[in-house]
Amino acid sequence: MAGDGGSNQRGAADAAPATGDLLVALGVVGLAAVVLWQAWEIPVSPIYAKVGPTLVPIMAGLGLLMFGAALVVSAARGGWQTEDEKAITPDRLALGWVLGGLALNVLTIGPLGFTLASVLLFVCVTRGFGSRQPLRDAAIGGAFALVAYLGFAKTLNINIGAGLIENGIEWLIATVRGR
Amino acid sequence: MDGINGLITGFGVALTPMNLLWCLVGTTLGTAIGVLPGLGPALTIALLLPITFKVEPQAAFILFAGIYYGAMYGGSTTSILLNTPGESASIVTSMEGNKMARNGRAGAALATAAIGSFVAGTIGTLGIAFLAPIVVDWALKFGPAEYFALMILAFTTVSAVLGSSAVRGLTALFFGIWLGLIGIDLQTGQARFTFGVQELFDGINVIVVAVGLFAVGETLYNAATYKNSESKITPLKGSLLMTKLEWKRSIGPWLRGTAFGFPIGAMPAGGAEIPTFLSYYTEKKLTKYPEEFGTTGAIEGVAGPEAANNASAAGVLVPMLTLGLPTSATAAIMLSAFQSYGINPGPLLLQTQPALVWGLIASLFIGNVMLLVLNLPLIGLWVKMLQIPAPLLYAGILVFATIGTYGISQSYIDLILLYAVGIIGYLMRRYDFPTAPVIIGMILGPLAEQNFRQAMTISAGDWTVFFTRPLSLTIIVIALSLVVVPKIYSMAKESQRRQSLAR
Repeated sequence: MAGDGGSNQRGAADAAPATGDLLVALGVVGLAAVVLWQAWEIPVSPIYAKVGPTLVPIMAGLGLLMFGAALVVSAARGGWQTEDEKAITPDRLALGWVLGGLALNVLTIGPLGFTLASVLLFVCVTRGFGSRQPLRDAAIGGAFALVAYLGFAKTLNINIGAGLIENGIEWLIATVRGR
Repeated sequence: MDGINGLITGFGVALTPMNLLWCLVGTTLGTAIGVLPGLGPALTIALLLPITFKVEPQAAFILFAGIYYGAMYGGSTTSILLNTPGESASIVTSMEGNKMARNGRAGAALATAAIGSFVAGTIGTLGIAFLAPIVVDWALKFGPAEYFALMILAFTTVSAVLGSSAVRGLTALFFGIWLGLIGIDLQTGQARFTFGVQELFDGINVIVVAVGLFAVGETLYNAATYKNSESKITPLKGSLLMTKLEWKRSIGPWLRGTAFGFPIGAMPAGGAEIPTFLSYYTEKKLTKYPEEFGTTGAIEGVAGPEAANNASAAGVLVPMLTLGLPTSATAAIMLSAFQSYGINPGPLLLQTQPALVWGLIASLFIGNVMLLVLNLPLIGLWVKMLQIPAPLLYAGILVFATIGTYGISQSYIDLILLYAVGIIGYLMRRYDFPTAPVIIGMILGPLAEQNFRQAMTISAGDWTVFFTRPLSLTIIVIALSLVVVPKIYSMAKESQRRQSLAR
């Protein structure tokens, strides 16, 4: 519980707007605008005159707008983060690796199947966290993904994106059993 | 059914071999995810929600309850040995616990935390058994207007009162409410916020949001700060058997911590932070060894808050089971598990599903015993888990997150939503927004809307219905004053400070 204690240091001179905080605050206001605009678009049938489908969405939009505006004010006055938090610069490279891994996973999970896509994700994430042994990570990731795949697919009978490797293993199991 | 008869029924359900096994799986899994930094009970239960399609409700809830309690036990191990509290409620434990560990008394700290959790968990569970029927009797008189008022109360407390900032908490809450509104409106059949995307007509799955916020967002945040964080595991030293003096110093804090934790947790406001801090400051005042606080680590400062934390976790189940009112992210996910079975938690739950509810409560007693065994003699095992290298841990979490969402629905939309929510979760973490209100808003929002509409229909569109019914009015006044009074108080204090500065 950090408390608001150190966050709103409204020292007169050094109250420069905090860029990051301001962008987040504007993002909330932007979302509020989209919510209100979309709430307006919901068609209302006159039969349900009591409380139609738009009332609560409009309230949600107004709530976001109100608190978004409060955040903008707070950001313009120097932001709400404590000095310690402002001092932390995120490790962009690490974030890039993890985000890249996620994007790659979306692109590959269909064509390559769950296991191979997971290996790629695994290697990217471990790299983001500073690991320098991609081959070892790929091996661990592959084993982990396979166990997880079989665990889910077999025990819960859920078919998660099968690809080359999964089908190969199913075929292997089938042939061994068939013998 | 009163508490005692209920418990007899419950133990009949919980003591079957299969259910004991589910309880063991749940408590073990719960301890593991509690120990591992970056994983929590809300995330784990969300990932396991698909089993609600496969197993009976009793088994599923015994499993979930085991995870819920287990994570509390496991979390204390991490905060004592690693000093990186996973959640705000265990900050206090790590304050004194880690200092004890660094001074070679890790064993005693772990022991007092585990036994304290057991004492508080057991008393808290007894509390559920006896309080739940009373709350139900009372809640049966509630109409939609009262429920709506109660939900407003829960909304304001979880977002505006408990966090560090009311504005950020409420922003998170409204974001969650909006997420909950997406999809076809059940009453009028109108599509809301679907942007024409077919997959969104059924609404956004809560699994996607919970896993996105708690797994993907958490991982991104940790990746961004990993270089700067040097967390070292303090070696496990000192006997796990507490000395006579340590017992004597622990018993009072355990009981007082429980007395803080359970009632506050059971209120429709919830929250484990306040009771843990209350307990910490009380023990600091009452102790005969004030010099140990903040220096070598005082055992009272671990025993009390840890008991308060567990007792409040038990308390949270009271409004969840009797009113259908979740006041923590984990309780909200459990509520969606009920919904997935087509069961509506509320005052009728105890009558319509006695075996389920009392089985769940009885399994909490059994789970507490299992957890004591899992967490004291087997502590070495969990310490080993702490040594899993962070790169592998987080990569594994993301692979699991992907299975848990894409695997279930096979939908690209879900996968993209998962990662998008993850990025939002990262920004929320980075810019100090609480994430639990998002989940609570998402689950409770649609229920609040439903009750609002029912109340308005009953009153024939008369808005004043929420203010003319005394109970509903009282609750709304409490909710509003909880938000407004602290603001006025701090404003008054501020102006006082300025005046004294001006002088």
